[in-house]
Amino acid sequence: MVELATRAATTDASQQAVAAVPNKLEVRNLTIRYGSDVALRDVSLSIREHEIFGIIGPANAGKTSFLKAINRMDVFTSGMRVEGEIHFAGRDTRHLNNVYALRSRIGVVFPLPVGLPMTVYDNVALSPRLRGINEKAELDVIVQRCLTRAALWDEVKDRLNALGSLLSGGQQQRLTIARALSQEPDLLMLDEFSIAVDPVTTMRIEDVLKELRQEVTIILVTNLVQQARRLADRTAFFLGGECVEIGVTEDLFTGEVKDQRTRDYVEGRFG
Amino acid sequence: MNTGTQALSNRATTAAVAGNFDRRNADWYVDKLIAGLVFVCGISAILFVLGIFFFVTREGIGFVFEKMDFREFFLTPYWSPSDAEDPEHGILALIAGTASVTGLAMLVAVPFSLGAAIYIAEFATGKTREALKVLVELLAAIPSVVWGFIGLVIMNPLLIKWFDVPVGLSVLNAGVILGLMAAPIMTSIAEDALKAVPDRYREAAEAMGATRWQVIYKVVLPAAKNGLLGGVLLGVGRGFGETMAVLMATGHAVNIPSSIFDSVRALTATIAAELGEAVVGGEHYQVLFTIGIFLFLITFIINLSADLIVRGIRKG
Ligand SMILES: Nc1ncnc2c1ncn2[C@@H]1O[C@H](COP(=O)(O)OP(=O)(O)O)[C@@H](O)[C@H]1O
Ligand SMILES: [Mg+2]
Repeated sequence: MVELATRAATTDASQQAVAAVPNKLEVRNLTIRYGSDVALRDVSLSIREHEIFGIIGPANAGKTSFLKAINRMDVFTSGMRVEGEIHFAGRDTRHLNNVYALRSRIGVVFPLPVGLPMTVYDNVALSPRLRGINEKAELDVIVQRCLTRAALWDEVKDRLNALGSLLSGGQQQRLTIARALSQEPDLLMLDEFSIAVDPVTTMRIEDVLKELRQEVTIILVTNLVQQARRLADRTAFFLGGECVEIGVTEDLFTGEVKDQRTRDYVEGRFG
Repeated sequence: MNTGTQALSNRATTAAVAGNFDRRNADWYVDKLIAGLVFVCGISAILFVLGIFFFVTREGIGFVFEKMDFREFFLTPYWSPSDAEDPEHGILALIAGTASVTGLAMLVAVPFSLGAAIYIAEFATGKTREALKVLVELLAAIPSVVWGFIGLVIMNPLLIKWFDVPVGLSVLNAGVILGLMAAPIMTSIAEDALKAVPDRYREAAEAMGATRWQVIYKVVLPAAKNGLLGGVLLGVGRGFGETMAVLMATGHAVNIPSSIFDSVRALTATIAAELGEAVVGGEHYQVLFTIGIFLFLITFIINLSADLIVRGIRKG
């Protein structure tokens, strides 16, 4: 009850702030195709600074494709074509000379955890090193800070030199989050992060995300509608390549929805 | 519902069904027969290796125990085993010949094949990639005598012309030829090693903003390093064992090289060239087999360590 009230307060606050804070991300008429198949059709939405923006929807709704387009990973998927405009921090990401610089500002967490085949330490130090930070002391601080914020430090502090790919699934997923945080990203995108993670770890990561919303804008793609309800300020419902509904999360569950399909999906009457 | 399931399982375990559990049918016999056959094939590989090792050892071991002076054999460079009065059996110059040629070959082959493998595995796509892979395999299939021929007929005059040296059959010639010869196999192995690195690692690193080269350098190469090292070692083994091409391209002169333009002679080439003229069972014959044992041991060690490294077992 108290939590709900706080949430409502923060939501109000963030809505008031809309006028002052520019949108972090603006997507206009985004259409994504694979060959001749349309994965996402004419999606327009904007994501505000410091909000958790949820995206829910069944498999093949186009959620992952949406994320790929944002950090320009589309160039690595053969046949993937993106039309429309994506503005990140005011820049049209379709016309950048250095996409690497864009990607380094965006942290991504994949559905299946990817501990890179190097030590836990090196996993988290990789991004700072790519930025040119090579001093041991400085790296130590970054590694500890990121692992702590990802709720993993206590479990791995004695084996920072163990291979990251040998950690358990839940630990690897938190390692991935720590690695994403080590980028000091402006935007954090999580794609169904809890799919290979046990419920307890999922809750720990959710707590981490709640804290992070102070510092970073988050796009949370999730197959669990309740997870979106717990975390997201606003949520979009994708279905079969269409953005059916966008709204304040709680409204999707309790308020008026534009589309009956949204109600059916969030209430589990689908299919 | 529950009782229904129980009735079903009772019916399934009747005596008629249980009796089948002891009846050996055709499938059972075929299975045993195939298992036996592949076992024999597998074992025969071991038998062949042991057989060859036994034969080589038997021919050479007499010399090792009766006449061989280890100091003379390994530490002197004088090789005149067919001299009637004073035969000399120092293989130091031959070892130096093999080692210098192999070393130079690796200097040529390692960067070349690594570069080629990175291009094929990480950058080339679609048809280019397939074409290159076929081409590399084609190169690997060129017989060594053809490479020797290239060394003798093409490289030799070129080296004489370019470097103004009296002979072009030298460490340089044989090293380059051997390097080009080993490169395709090493490229193939290195490419396999790179391809074995899962794409999700590349994607994860790319998503962080790493450039293509940073991904290769920081993630892919370290992940593939065992496979790559194994490939290099197999190349070294190939260099040690290669006979025909080095026989033709080194100049075949017993000599500890002081520059890459010197002619040398390789261990393998010595056996190939002299075995025909040595009296069977005589001292010369036995010494050649002793060199054979030595080569066998070296290549065995190299291949074994390549294998261990590829499997990721590091010697502690
Ligand atoms: N690499 C690809 N090649 C071809 N089609 C793809 C590819 N990736 C996704 N798709 C198609 O695009 C649609 C949306 O997929 P995706 O974005 O992965 O959805 P979601 O993440 O919501 O499950 C699906 O129909 C899927 O089959
Ligand atoms: Mg997906």
